[in-house]
Amino acid sequence: MGFLVLVGVFLVSAAVGYRLISNVPSLLHTPLMSGMNALSGVTVLGALAAAALALHSGSRMLGIAAIVLATINVVGGFLVTDRMLRMFKSGK
Amino acid sequence: MTFGIYETAGLAVILAVLAGIRLMSSVERAALGNRLGALSMLAAIALVLWHNGIVDARALYIAMAIGTLIGAIMAFRVTMIRMPQMVALLNGLGGGASLLVALSVILESHDIMVMPARITGQLALVIGALTLSGSLVAAGKLQGLLPQRPVHNRGAGVLSLLFLASIGALAVFATLADGRTAAIASFVVLALALGFGAHFTLPIGGADMPVAISLLNSYSGLAASICGFAVGDILLVSIGAVVGAAGLILTRIMCRAMNRSLIDVLTGSTGRAGGSAPPARPADAAPAAPHTAREMDPASILASASSVVIIPGYGMALAQAQTQVRALYDLLESRGANVRFAIHPVAGRMPGHMNVLLAEVDIPYERLVDMDTINPDFPATDAALIVGACDVVNPAANSAEGTPIYGMPVLRAEDAHSIIVCNMDRKPGYSGVENTLYGKDNVCFMEGNAAETLEGLIARIKSGAGGTAVS
Repeated sequence: MGFLVLVGVFLVSAAVGYRLISNVPSLLHTPLMSGMNALSGVTVLGALAAAALALHSGSRMLGIAAIVLATINVVGGFLVTDRMLRMFKSGK
Repeated sequence: MTFGIYETAGLAVILAVLAGIRLMSSVERAALGNRLGALSMLAAIALVLWHNGIVDARALYIAMAIGTLIGAIMAFRVTMIRMPQMVALLNGLGGGASLLVALSVILESHDIMVMPARITGQLALVIGALTLSGSLVAAGKLQGLLPQRPVHNRGAGVLSLLFLASIGALAVFATLADGRTAAIASFVVLALALGFGAHFTLPIGGADMPVAISLLNSYSGLAASICGFAVGDILLVSIGAVVGAAGLILTRIMCRAMNRSLIDVLTGSTGRAGGSAPPARPADAAPAAPHTAREMDPASILASASSVVIIPGYGMALAQAQTQVRALYDLLESRGANVRFAIHPVAGRMPGHMNVLLAEVDIPYERLVDMDTINPDFPATDAALIVGACDVVNPAANSAEGTPIYGMPVLRAEDAHSIIVCNMDRKPGYSGVENTLYGKDNVCFMEGNAAETLEGLIARIKSGAGGTAVS
């Protein structure tokens, strides 16, 4: 991927994300944050590639450790968000 | 690399994630949106494994299984009051993962990396590291392991500049150096960035945590995004940027609601004349209390009110009074009153914290009303019941020029016909500004643990309030 293409992706994503997230009601700000938190574990993708393709054992271990941390982030984040969102019930 | 099948599939994943976020703007469909996000992430993992031809690398699955197990245990065991530290901790782990990936890539392939990748590699290392240490400090504060009061150190600003300058200089050096030297420089950068993260989170006080967590949330996304630049992955860049934007929005909302600039929060300065010393406790507020209580019986006020607004604060959570609040809500509703909750944006320790605490005890979400919507309704409200909240209802915010809370948007509880306050004591809140609401003659202050106070109120309303006031 060309560097400039990635810069474009970054800018467009940030702008679209900003618009979408502005519409989330303050009622849901806690689950919004934990959900976004889960998404920040997207690093797991980089970690998988880094760990599998590393030639040196040192950098492979770092990659494996990154997978563990990022997976805790992703799984913990999505599950806790789900738990919270299911608590919000309508009175009707 | 061209725009091949990986990028095309990645784009589909990104669109699915964005669609999930869009669903979160409605309460009914938010859970679906979150699941769509989770599913997209699973698809992305499968895509990466397939694309790199590493589907059968067993170590990866073991690592993911360990992470899944720990994450699931954390998610199921955490209580709602501890959600802020959970989110802080997860933020930190995300930042930690980004720094490890950056470090791994630098150690593995520094010599064959082009300059933009080298620069973003160092950046990812720095932002990931300060997200990790900053989040751990924030989580430690929220958990009560570290002091919660704002720490204002002279010379902290100079130290920050020193940190930034040395991190910057060494990172530039690392991008220009070769192999081994670059690796050693990267480790020093890492250590300095970890130190800087702790250094900038330590001064932040407990009630400023909503800002700090939002900011760290933004950083964790940014770290992932920049890490994506270093490894040339469109998914990391895009999704990381979305998270960065989300954190930024929440940081801005929180700062505005607290009437504090981001700089004030980060430097731990409260703008208070007396520094961080806790203001003197009123010598003895007790004699005045029974006097007011006799004039205005809180139980009969609530029993006869047809519209009630309950204002919860972090004190409610500390007193674990949610169950009692729920019981009172049920009781008043069954007597025909219209009961709603007024939620200040920064009540609690993270954005939206009160909503989650009240949703947990099954308060219907239609009854959780945000500040701007409910403020015009206070003049027509018979009774405002404050449970463990102080600064967010302090009328001084509208009048006391020169105090830290002047200009801060507050819930206009003072406009209600009668006001009942169930707070631990009459001490000022986090801002250190005396609450002028307490002195008004339509205010009935019930000092003590809110759970017990509410328990007593409920009992007296049930037994036919007014006639047998025995408090």
